[in-house]
Amino acid sequence: MQHVSPIREPLVTGGKTYHDITEDVCRQVEAKPNMRWAAALAVALVGFAIFCYSVYRTLWFGIGEWGLNKTVGWAWDITNFVWWVGIGHAGTLISAILLLFRQKWRTSINRAAEAMTIFAVICAAMFPVLHMGRPWLAYWVLPLPNTFGSLWVNFNSPLLWDVFAISTYFSVSLVFWYIGLIPDFATIRDRATGPIARRAYAILSFGWTGSAKAWSRYETVSLILAGLATPLVLSVHTIVSMDFATSVIPGWHTTIFPPYFVAGAIFSGFAMVLTLMIITRKVFKLEDYITLEHIESMNKVIILTGSIVGVAYITEFFIAWYSQVEYEQYAFINRATGPYWWAYWSMMTCNVITPQLFWVRAIRRSLVATFIITIFVNIGMWFERFVIIVTSLHRDYLPSSWAMFSPTSIDIGVYVGTIGLFFTLFLLFAKYFPVVNMAEVKAILKSSSERKQPHHHEPHAKAMHGSAKHTITNISHSNE
Amino acid sequence: MQDRIKYWKGIEELENTPEFAKHAHNEFPEFLPINEAKGESPSSTVTAPRRDFLKLLGFGLAAATLASCEAPVRKAIPYLNKPVDVEPGVANWYASTYFSHGDYNSILVKTREGRPIKIEPNPTSSVTPLGTSPRAQASVLNLYDNNRLRAPFIKGKESDWAKLDREVMSKLSSVNGKVVLVSSTVISPSTKQLIDEFGVKTGNFEHVVYDANSVSALLGANGGVIPGYDFSKANIIVSIGADFLGSWIAPTPFSKQYIQNRKVSADKKDMSRHYQFETILSLTGANADVRVPIKPSQELALVQALSNSLGGGGSAPAGIDSKAFAAAVKDLNANRGKALVVSGSNDPAVQTLVASINRTLGAEGTTIDTAAPYFVKQGNDAQMLRFIDEMNAGSIGAVFFYKANPAYDHPLADKVVSGLKKVGLTVSFAEIMDETASLVEYVAPDNNYLESWNDFEPKKGFLSIAQPAISPIFTTRQMQDSLLTWNGSSDTFYDYIRNNWRKVATGDFNTFWEKSVHDGVLESGATMLRLNPAAATAAAATTSARPAASGIEAVVYEKIQMGPGYDANNPWLQEMGDPITKATWGNYITISRSDAEAGSIVQGDVLRLTTTGGKTIEAPALIQPGQAVGTVGIAMGYGRTLDTMPVAKGLGANAFPVATVANNSVFFNGPVKQLEKTGATSEIAQMQTHHTIMDRLVVQENTLAKYVENPKEVTEYIRLTTHAGKVKPSTISLWDDYEYKNHHWGMVVDLNSCIGCGACTLSCHIENNVPVVGKAEVLNRREMHWMRIDRYYSAREHKEGEYDVMEHPADNPTVIFQPMMCQHCNHAPCETVCPVAATMHSSEGINQMAYNRCVGTRYCANNCPYKVRRFNWFAYANNDKFDYNMNNDLGKMVLNPDVVVRARGVMEKCSFCVQRVQLGKLEAKRENRRPKDGEIVSACAQSCPTDAIIFGDMLDPESRISKVLAREQGERAFHVLEEINTQPNVTYLTKIRNLA
Repeated sequence: MQHVSPIREPLVTGGKTYHDITEDVCRQVEAKPNMRWAAALAVALVGFAIFCYSVYRTLWFGIGEWGLNKTVGWAWDITNFVWWVGIGHAGTLISAILLLFRQKWRTSINRAAEAMTIFAVICAAMFPVLHMGRPWLAYWVLPLPNTFGSLWVNFNSPLLWDVFAISTYFSVSLVFWYIGLIPDFATIRDRATGPIARRAYAILSFGWTGSAKAWSRYETVSLILAGLATPLVLSVHTIVSMDFATSVIPGWHTTIFPPYFVAGAIFSGFAMVLTLMIITRKVFKLEDYITLEHIESMNKVIILTGSIVGVAYITEFFIAWYSQVEYEQYAFINRATGPYWWAYWSMMTCNVITPQLFWVRAIRRSLVATFIITIFVNIGMWFERFVIIVTSLHRDYLPSSWAMFSPTSIDIGVYVGTIGLFFTLFLLFAKYFPVVNMAEVKAILKSSSERKQPHHHEPHAKAMHGSAKHTITNISHSNE
Repeated sequence: MQDRIKYWKGIEELENTPEFAKHAHNEFPEFLPINEAKGESPSSTVTAPRRDFLKLLGFGLAAATLASCEAPVRKAIPYLNKPVDVEPGVANWYASTYFSHGDYNSILVKTREGRPIKIEPNPTSSVTPLGTSPRAQASVLNLYDNNRLRAPFIKGKESDWAKLDREVMSKLSSVNGKVVLVSSTVISPSTKQLIDEFGVKTGNFEHVVYDANSVSALLGANGGVIPGYDFSKANIIVSIGADFLGSWIAPTPFSKQYIQNRKVSADKKDMSRHYQFETILSLTGANADVRVPIKPSQELALVQALSNSLGGGGSAPAGIDSKAFAAAVKDLNANRGKALVVSGSNDPAVQTLVASINRTLGAEGTTIDTAAPYFVKQGNDAQMLRFIDEMNAGSIGAVFFYKANPAYDHPLADKVVSGLKKVGLTVSFAEIMDETASLVEYVAPDNNYLESWNDFEPKKGFLSIAQPAISPIFTTRQMQDSLLTWNGSSDTFYDYIRNNWRKVATGDFNTFWEKSVHDGVLESGATMLRLNPAAATAAAATTSARPAASGIEAVVYEKIQMGPGYDANNPWLQEMGDPITKATWGNYITISRSDAEAGSIVQGDVLRLTTTGGKTIEAPALIQPGQAVGTVGIAMGYGRTLDTMPVAKGLGANAFPVATVANNSVFFNGPVKQLEKTGATSEIAQMQTHHTIMDRLVVQENTLAKYVENPKEVTEYIRLTTHAGKVKPSTISLWDDYEYKNHHWGMVVDLNSCIGCGACTLSCHIENNVPVVGKAEVLNRREMHWMRIDRYYSAREHKEGEYDVMEHPADNPTVIFQPMMCQHCNHAPCETVCPVAATMHSSEGINQMAYNRCVGTRYCANNCPYKVRRFNWFAYANNDKFDYNMNNDLGKMVLNPDVVVRARGVMEKCSFCVQRVQLGKLEAKRENRRPKDGEIVSACAQSCPTDAIIFGDMLDPESRISKVLAREQGERAFHVLEEINTQPNVTYLTKIRNLA
């Protein structure tokens, strides 16, 4: 169906067969946990413990445990929220938009990226609840019928839109990710030797039979969910940006925010995917599936979105000058030269300057350079949100209320803790779930893999082209 | 089944009577009509009970669950016999008087269910009809201070009155030496008379009067009284170090007078001009039109030069701004008979000269009412110093301390401490175990003033009464009753005052007395107070008694909220920001920028100040714009170390040792031998840390000249540029306007009247049960005040857009105050962003907070351009981390029952005192009428001593606020941040300065 240029670099290297794919992906699920994984999980659990302690302090004593004050009512909480939501963008983007655009290179990274999305959104969703003064009443932000008469939520409030946007995004992402996992769970189920594993994966695979009808439905649902998720990729961060854009605070009240936030989210999401992928492919020996081609493609997206973000930063300054609004002008001069100049310049360095290095092909294709730059981007994007939130709030209209913000150990603990939570979830995922979508990689194997001579293990199943829904073949049961 | 052994239920079954057979299929044959309704269907007999059972089970489970989450039982005990004048839910008001260390206020005490909860001004009084001082406002909490003495103490052990009376009387009868009663100024005629009678009874008696912040020299230069200053009559006011709006003599009446001649309107386009020569930047200096920093050692030279110049000839002394001096001289000369010169110096030579200058200017009879001098300070330094010597010499047999704490607040406190050991009988009447009380043998705790009868004469011919608003909470006894007991009288002090007042009664005494108690004041011109004879003999000198100074000079000053330190244990006052520095919880050494830079001192560096007398104190440095170069300032009242004053303990340093004693006078300044950094740092809890306006149009001021020329040009109005030209921001809007049908509440704040004293902030704090959060939380920028006074200094010279320069205040800045509270925007940014609609607009224009609905996202606070919203970061009530009045049963008695105590995690803010609005409307409704203008007043407006705040209904065209708004529209009325189109219901009036 599709014409694939012979010049194009193969997406799967090493001359893999369908069986190799199954073996390579299932290996870590079926093998005993290795030491490196266990050590990593131990570190992540320490982070998770920090999270639990910090959350306990926050919930038990109050938000006063954080460094917020009368002037700066949001700081690390919402910074972390936006940061995690941003990170949570890549998964769905890769799975949904790239699926719709028939980008076949996405197949080997979409699983991990989607998992990352789910976990990042879980981490993100902690903050809107934790940052409430009375989190035990968090359900009041839902438009639930109640006995209080005409009491209802305020549909004017962007925070309410957030509730809808995040919960929808999370639900759709979760379902999308899980549907994709079902055929692979079935594969693992069929290979499982222990009774617990067999039972567990049987439940997880929802009784997947691999019939043509099942594949047909699988593909249909994937496509529908991709269609549903695509606008969500754009809407979530658009709505998150409206938390700021619809306010009256100089530095927040900016119409450029929606596209700027979406670009920033994809930027940070791709950076985080890369950070994780570079480790995962190494640790799980998946270099043939997550190839330099993947990394390079993603680096190109990073250049694009990083440049959009950079242009947005400059546009903000231009508009501040062009508007001649003194509060607006001061807000931006204060960002660059005020007491939080270091945060601003960290952001500029990490987000605008470092990604430009990817114009150089050697850097783009260097694992070490990519890893370092993606870490920079992660840091830079955290600072971007910090700059937007804290430096806008700390000096707004009336100079009498100007104040500084400094985080407490609990602030830091909650943030570090969510990273611990994230990695705990991610490591559990990486161990017990197939990190690469076997079914979809197999589907592109024929068209996009590197041939190795001689073929000693001719595939005995028909290949699928991309995710085209009409080429459904039962392959999951024929792996052994 | 059939072969099972059958057990009969009873003989009926065996017999199987028809009766039994009829009911046999029913489990409870006779009693339970369970199936009456559906009995016809056989299946229902089985299913219905099961369903019912499940229903009951479910209900029972739910009920049990609900019951287990029920709030703990709180006891509310109803009146068994309702007192005649107590209606639950209805406030009673009693006229009374607050007087403490010069701070005089005629007040109304609001009581609810028998508890005094709020102090308001007594409009019947002509001395203080308009507002109260912050300390008077806060005094109601002293009543509920958990650290008050609850019983008499003998040698540090709790005792009873009978034993104390017995021992004191027996020791008095065999006293060996002089009997002395040491007090601060007593302006109670009856108390004064009683003390005299006590003296007659004991024989060899002296009543020593001293003031912690003494004006002895002023008294000496004016025949033992304070001249009857009337600032309202002065066109030109020259003050040399007298902080008459904040701490000098009687700030509440002075503020009222001062502002009378400062208010401007289209009908009255003139105002007084105020020159201030001073060392520290005082509240008064901040309000001056022309302010010149001088050193304390320059005061005499300045006054001499002024005196000489008024006679023609004479010029500004070296080091003093000659332009300002010449302008002051010119203005004084041109306004003879309408000018007033005051000095805060305690140097007899200065005060003698000032008195003669005022005579030269023709002030007597015009700006000084010679018929009505003030009595609020009568302390005589020389007498006190002599007493301390006598005590150390062992010639004092007995000493009584009444509202006096010389072991803390006298510069020679250590000599007081050593002298006390040589006195046979030592008694203190302190309400709280203060420094002196902890050293004496007998503590006979006085009642709080709200539990006492008393009378006052603050000003000649102006009498007032204090009546108890509550019975004594503890087994304390009014000092006067103690004296009566020890005099052998069986009268109560109430009888005593009543008898005493017969002297001034007119007509039927009972009617006269009832009316006097009801009104709280008697202003018939009758006078009763017998002055302290020693005050009149205070030194009047023409040569300076002040020791010569070189190098850095230190000034000890009094803060408006702390006074000399008697209220230091009051958390409301500790948390109130200083009007100038905005600092709370402690004192500090104010130092000028150039001195700080010279010593490479930054704010918060702890400095060790060593006086030439060898005393040292340590306090953090605060860089104070306006501070005279070469001087430092430190406030009195801090540095308490006693465990019996836990709120005040450990805050700041005691400044009294810095005051110098020389030539029988106490000087509240002195040379500094050494000022050095200790290397430590200590943060100062300031509520405002950015001090300049950054060239923003948030607060507006202009000059009188401009105002006279064209009042329409003194205020800058922001207009937005549209295709149709420039328009008012409010004409462009995304939102529909609210329709107000009944009332539209609004507020006007006249920046020209506001002196920045902060009485409103405290009044608001008390009225609305705002929590106290303590120093650490103020440092975290989490103070809870619903209302604040923004204080801006003018910036250094800068060009437009030079932000880094304009961040720094000028070295001698002009100061502007802006009371800031919720602006109750008609298009409120906070209302749109709350996800749960916890904050919304009322049908009367008030931006409301529904605390119960708030989930605490703080989005509203972030989106508030005025930053007036306050968040409950912690539970501030019943929390040991915030061990203030909301953490003990006694302290909670001060809470206003009309206002809820907010829970942890909710947002709060100014409500326009909605409880007062509702009360006013209800009362009007009950009387079937509309609320009258002036009937509903917010707490801030009520307590303002200068009438700077007007609250009212903007829909009523006859209301005062409507008239002011109509008059000032397009002239001085402006909204803060008009360009963001929040359309506030609070309007400000531009400040006008009468620059020289």
